[in-house]
Amino acid sequence: MLFATAVFAPLLGSLVALLFGKQIGDRAAQAVTIICMILAAICGTSAFVSLVYGGGAPGVVTLATWVSSGDFSVTWALRYDTLSAVMVAMITFIATLIHIYSVGYMGHEPHGSVWRFFSYLSLFTFAMLMLVTADNLLQLFFGWEGVGLASYLLIGYWYHKPSACAAAIKAFVVNRIGDLGFALGIALIFVVFGSITFDAIFAGVSQHQNDSYSVLGGTFRAYEVIGVLLFIGAMGKSAQLGLHVWLPDAMEGPTPVSALIHAATMVTAGVFLMARMSPVLEYAPHAMAFVTFVGASTALFAATVGVVQNDIKRIIAYSTCSQLGYMFVAAGVGAYQASVFHLLTHAFFKALLFLGAGSVIHAMSDEQDIRKMGGIWKKIPLTYTMMWIGSLALAGVFPFAGFFSKDAVLEAAFASHGGFAQYGFWCGILAAFLTAFYSWRLLILTFHGAPRADKHTMDHVHESPLVMTVPLMLLAAGAVLTGFTFAPQLLGEHWQHFWGAAIHNGPNNHVMHDMHEVPGWVVALPAVVGLSGIALAYIIYMGMPALPAQLAERFGGVYRFLLNKWYFDELYDRIFVRPTMALARGLWQVGDATIIDGIPNGVASLTAQGAGRVVKVQTGSIAHYAFAMLIGVVVLVSLYLIIR
Amino acid sequence: MNWQLALPEIFLSCSAMAILMYGVFARPERSFVMSSMLAVGALLLTAMLVLSGTPGVGYNGLFTVDAYSHFAKLLILVAVGLGVVMSLDYAEHANMQRFEFPILMLLAAVGMMLMVSATSLMTLYLGLELMSLSIYVLAAFARDERRSAEAGLKYFVLGALASGLLLYGVSLVYGFSGSMSFAEIGRAMADPKTASPGLTVGIVFIVAGLAFKVSAVPFHMWTPDVYEGAPTPVTAFMGTAPKVAAIVLLVRLLSDPFGALLGQWQQLIVLVSIASMALGSLAAIGQRNIKRLMAYSSIGHMGYALIGLAAGTGAGVRGVLIYMLTYVFMNAGTFACIIAMRRQGRNVEGVSDLSGLGRTDPAMALAIAIFMFSMAGIPPFSGFWGKYFIFTAAVQQGMWLLAVIGVLTSVIGAFYYIRIIKVMYFDEPAPAFDPRPASLSFVVGASGLFTTFFFLFPAPVVAAAEAAAKVLFR
Repeated sequence: MLFATAVFAPLLGSLVALLFGKQIGDRAAQAVTIICMILAAICGTSAFVSLVYGGGAPGVVTLATWVSSGDFSVTWALRYDTLSAVMVAMITFIATLIHIYSVGYMGHEPHGSVWRFFSYLSLFTFAMLMLVTADNLLQLFFGWEGVGLASYLLIGYWYHKPSACAAAIKAFVVNRIGDLGFALGIALIFVVFGSITFDAIFAGVSQHQNDSYSVLGGTFRAYEVIGVLLFIGAMGKSAQLGLHVWLPDAMEGPTPVSALIHAATMVTAGVFLMARMSPVLEYAPHAMAFVTFVGASTALFAATVGVVQNDIKRIIAYSTCSQLGYMFVAAGVGAYQASVFHLLTHAFFKALLFLGAGSVIHAMSDEQDIRKMGGIWKKIPLTYTMMWIGSLALAGVFPFAGFFSKDAVLEAAFASHGGFAQYGFWCGILAAFLTAFYSWRLLILTFHGAPRADKHTMDHVHESPLVMTVPLMLLAAGAVLTGFTFAPQLLGEHWQHFWGAAIHNGPNNHVMHDMHEVPGWVVALPAVVGLSGIALAYIIYMGMPALPAQLAERFGGVYRFLLNKWYFDELYDRIFVRPTMALARGLWQVGDATIIDGIPNGVASLTAQGAGRVVKVQTGSIAHYAFAMLIGVVVLVSLYLIIR
Repeated sequence: MNWQLALPEIFLSCSAMAILMYGVFARPERSFVMSSMLAVGALLLTAMLVLSGTPGVGYNGLFTVDAYSHFAKLLILVAVGLGVVMSLDYAEHANMQRFEFPILMLLAAVGMMLMVSATSLMTLYLGLELMSLSIYVLAAFARDERRSAEAGLKYFVLGALASGLLLYGVSLVYGFSGSMSFAEIGRAMADPKTASPGLTVGIVFIVAGLAFKVSAVPFHMWTPDVYEGAPTPVTAFMGTAPKVAAIVLLVRLLSDPFGALLGQWQQLIVLVSIASMALGSLAAIGQRNIKRLMAYSSIGHMGYALIGLAAGTGAGVRGVLIYMLTYVFMNAGTFACIIAMRRQGRNVEGVSDLSGLGRTDPAMALAIAIFMFSMAGIPPFSGFWGKYFIFTAAVQQGMWLLAVIGVLTSVIGAFYYIRIIKVMYFDEPAPAFDPRPASLSFVVGASGLFTTFFFLFPAPVVAAAEAAAKVLFR
């Protein structure tokens, strides 16, 4: 009951705000959605606590039958186990803080439209909760598409900005590609297992071990195909290399949206999917190697791009992309627990960083370019402190949350022997160095040095109101505390007790044990590279501010390559977008406008002419009418006699 | 002799006489409303008598009661009833509140009931003339108005010509078969090869006479003029009940006594049907007067109904009956809306007068939109199902050409129906109409509900139509 309330309270808030927002006004809409969110957070947290610490039993809350057709039946049901309870608690907590923060952040918006924002935000939360509590793949897909829709609506919230509309469409379309893979994966699961309910799938895993499936001219084990298809879905939603292009652009949305959707929750849905499907994926080693490979490459790629970006939100976006890569590395080597742990800590410190960035942007009169900032740390000390905490957690400095989870990911990668796992480890180490570097680059350029903004803006720099700073502080507390409080429970000796049956590790998968027995240097290395990254950033940006420009000039090719994000957008534009547009234009102008419209238009004008002629016969004279009747009889009689 | 078979007709005739007596002696100012009420009551009682009647053949084979006539009679009575209710308010405004008005409608109803029960050429002609004479008078009922008088006269002269053709055909058939009775004629024509040409010429003449009544091409010329000129409730009346009676009679005549000659008259009906559909949809496009537009629309609808007859099967007849049922309600509803188009006490008839009705009177606009969509044959409205049963019957008989032409012309027809909707919802509003009287709201509401929700409970109607069709095609 608690659990169902946690899931449906945001829906209620969203509907009230959506249907009556115009009548009740912004204030009331904000109040309603926030009250519903607080209720959801209380219920969500209690459900988590009672399951993990209170000895509550996991189970399934069935709500209603959705589809029942032949062999195919799906119910609306909430799956209540550790994995979903952790996610629900985290999502409701962070979403509540972000709702509250938005009251301040959206304060400058014109009145009479903010209810829309809050309605979407609550709608998103509901969809995300449906996603994580789903009892079957179809309901999960419902949530999956629901968050996609909410994300589209929120990225394009400022719909009068063409760039926001373009970004919203881009996010939607790129996600469609991933979703196609996911949908095919669901279909294949139904073909193999005859059901898409998790219990039925997991129960049938051992029977279908050796099923094979032919695709693309080859025959593969069905599990491998399923694994790859599901991961393609995850790649779209979690912005992994290749399908990552939408995430940086999604920063066009308001900053709270970036914090909630594009950092803390939605983008981690892919990681969640991997953990949820662990009983099947455990038996798809090749697919998992692919997951590790893509995750590691993404971690490194995004970190390199993050180093040279100048938009404060884009830097954090690339950092999100990179951290998601870490999570997939952990999932790929079978340490789903570590990946969910990193998901959890990341949600806190990344939401903190985004909201902190939002606070900076707010203070700097909507300026987002860090080259035009600097010298403001004394004016907004609280935001400055929060950004420090977030960055320390992101860089993985002890005792902040990121230290525990990032180390766990890297140790698991090292402990799981194998080429891809080692690749994941070394990419992760390199990315950790870059992460620390660009985090401090951001901090120093934003807050230190000589002010580079104009005087007018500098005069306006002010600390954000309490309604924005209190959520920041709560998130900062999370960024500090979640690491050492949860690490022993989630990954320590009694991890099996904590997770219960929510995540499955195969009989040959000892990574959860092995990761604690790696050599000392493996444990120390992430911290060392992190600190050296910080040190290097300090030396370059604090010590010799002229050096970066010289370096950029010296290594112009590399710099431009990174600045343009490895030219992914340009490449996609050439290969996919332009040919598609050309084809569409051709179909429109030739196919539609000329041929398809032409035929009916021609017929219509013929018809109209015919109509004119037919009416002319109607003279109004009785004699003519009688004559026509007689002619008619004559014609009919003659015809009749001929036919006969 | 089983005289009770005709009890409903006898009752209705006597009621008409009684109301006439009442009207003569009652005070003039209230005689119209009272006699209208009495007429509705008489129609209701008659309907009950029809329902309780038992099948049988009486009056030396002149008169037959069966499931087929039952279906048609009930439909006719409903249509006449709607016609009487619709005229209540109009008559008051058009200064034609004379008590003879409902009585003429009742007498026409008696004529129609005779027509659908006729199993002899004599009864056929009797019923047809009773109906026609009543309607001639009705059409010219607003005698102070030139248009009405002209319409009545036109209809009468052309109707007389049609009656002449019909009678000539009857005499030919009688001459060559030696009998007036359908059964006897059927026996004389049992073998198509020996049927003489005179007989078949006679059939063509009879078909021409009846085609005039259903306003099928090429005997349709009177329709637009008379529809436009006659008082609107009379137009509504002409557009519903008489069409049902005439087409039901035509179906019985062609499939019962002339059933053996199916292969010959089929081509004739196909031709008439195609011509009607084409003309109905094409000519309506240019119309600006909504009553004229409805005239062409009804020509087109008769073309569709004739497809079912042309199929020459039980399924086809079933389709015709269902089609006529849906047609009666759509048409009555539409005309009730047209009667309600009144500004400062004056009736207006232009399509453009409906401009912006969606804003000035959303309820009426919605009703018209429903009727127009239904006439255009758009699901889920009843008009779609009428067309569906008709076209299915044609396709079952392999008459693809007919079905395809039917679909094409209904696409063209959809243009002018939907244009009315466009005018109502997207054009700048014209001044609002006068408040709508309750009687019209009743007709609009009842027809609208039937048209909209027919798809929810089609089973009883389809079953009744099926049973009726079985009488003709066992």
